[in-house]
Amino acid sequence: MLDIILGAVALGLLWAIMSLGVYITYRVLDVADLTVEGTIALGGAVAARFISGGMNPWIATAVALAAGLLGGLCTGLLHTKLKIPALLSGILTMIALYSINLRVMGKSNIPLLRVKTVYSPLQDMGLFGSFPSLIVGVIIVVAVAVILYWFFGTEIGSAIRATGNNQNMARAQGINTSNMIILGLVISNGLVALSGALIAQYQSFADVQMGTGSIVIGLASLIIGEVLFGTRTFKRTLVSVSLGAIIYRIIIALVLKAGMDANDLKLFTAVTVAICLSMPMIKPAVAGLFHSKNTTGR
Amino acid sequence: MLDINQVYKTFNAGTINEKKALTGLDIHLQEGDFVQVIGGNGAGKSTMLNCLAGMFPVDQGTIQIDGQDVTRLPEFKRAKLIGRVFQDPMMGTAANMNIEENLALALRRGEKRTLRWGVTNKERERYHELLKTLGLGLEDRMTNKVGLLSGGQRQALTLLMATLQKPRILLLDEHTAALDPQTAAKVLELSEKIIADNHLTAMMVTHNMKDAIVHGNRLVMMQDGHIILDIAGEEKKHLTVETLLEKFSQISGSELANDRMLLS
Repeated sequence: MLDIILGAVALGLLWAIMSLGVYITYRVLDVADLTVEGTIALGGAVAARFISGGMNPWIATAVALAAGLLGGLCTGLLHTKLKIPALLSGILTMIALYSINLRVMGKSNIPLLRVKTVYSPLQDMGLFGSFPSLIVGVIIVVAVAVILYWFFGTEIGSAIRATGNNQNMARAQGINTSNMIILGLVISNGLVALSGALIAQYQSFADVQMGTGSIVIGLASLIIGEVLFGTRTFKRTLVSVSLGAIIYRIIIALVLKAGMDANDLKLFTAVTVAICLSMPMIKPAVAGLFHSKNTTGR
Repeated sequence: MLDINQVYKTFNAGTINEKKALTGLDIHLQEGDFVQVIGGNGAGKSTMLNCLAGMFPVDQGTIQIDGQDVTRLPEFKRAKLIGRVFQDPMMGTAANMNIEENLALALRRGEKRTLRWGVTNKERERYHELLKTLGLGLEDRMTNKVGLLSGGQRQALTLLMATLQKPRILLLDEHTAALDPQTAAKVLELSEKIIADNHLTAMMVTHNMKDAIVHGNRLVMMQDGHIILDIAGEEKKHLTVETLLEKFSQISGSELANDRMLLS
């Protein structure tokens, strides 16, 4: 049982990087960016291709991150320069990336067995099971969160936040909103691809399908984190979102352990997210059911 | 210092919704002018300010500020020269950001944004002093989200933001219309004070004829997308609502049929 939880936490940490990326688009920029479905697989594909070709796994991971940045750039340009709605821009890049990912890998799946991954040095030191990825995951998630905290406190970061909040105001204050949207999408997808690269190395394979449904997982993590741990300050929110990804993985591990068919997982996730997203509607309605009689005239 | 020369703007050209918003608009402002803009609904008042601010391109004509042709300059670049307060109190501020962050964004209007901190301690002191002058108690709520403020407080803050980095022109687009009468009067008084203290050149669109007569040194009336009346100096000082209505019917050959203007 402990093994299962540890494994879930390790995987959750790797997915937390992706959730932080989704947070940037969904919350900061107020855009539902579907590019992530493509860029998470792109991260895995690029890392797997180069690692299996003998490249240093850290350099391969960095290349994967750079590839993700380009994915975000593509969506950003489609949206801001060609005025295609954000949702559709993301879908277009996502679809395009499916073919690109197949090109990168040359096939639909690359196994990563008996190759050096970013976890290998720790495994060589005698750590086993989920511990190597736990350690790597913690270090990277903390680093990413610290960098994001700093970045969104800077002048450029503030300009991105203002753009997501009120484009009219942002432009009136001399902010180039198009560039800020592009920058936000670029950073977000870079993180998502980094996450994909680390996940592929953790699960010892990259698959062209590994992105399917990932936006929903990202949103689920985000919302679970926000609801459970709060969003009072930005620092708090970053921690909440990261923890949300871990909690999500633990929940999934537990329901699988309890006997849920793995094929039903995506349905389970979608329903969970639908319920979480509709909370603002459900809460007053439920409260109304209980209080309708004795709180009239409130 | 501001020259709008023969500007034309048509919305939805070629469709049944075609609207000729500006038809040969010509206006020239002197340094320090505080121009009141009045006119019926659809006269082109807001379109004029929006064209000036660069929210959409004009079809014809040129706009020059200090001799510099800004006709094709994108909105965010023109923001360096122009401060704006909108009719909708929600529009001028970022609701999810706090008061000092909003001010800090405004302080950097027209400057290159870098990776330095978005708000510095030195600025905070200055914001504290400036907010005090509003007399709304906002100086003690600098880390509150702007979304928590009332409409009047938000307009006062927007006014401060629009003038924090001294603009060449300040545009007030019915900025008190969404407020209750008392708050509206207060915000208007504040606008007047800020414009006078900073010697700003400003244009203010209003539906309230009395406000238009009392404030500013110049009054223009718009109809059908251009200016039909332009009164300044001594003549403006002795203006009354009655003479204004009379002038209007003389020029346009019709009664000024606009309840919103007559009643206010």
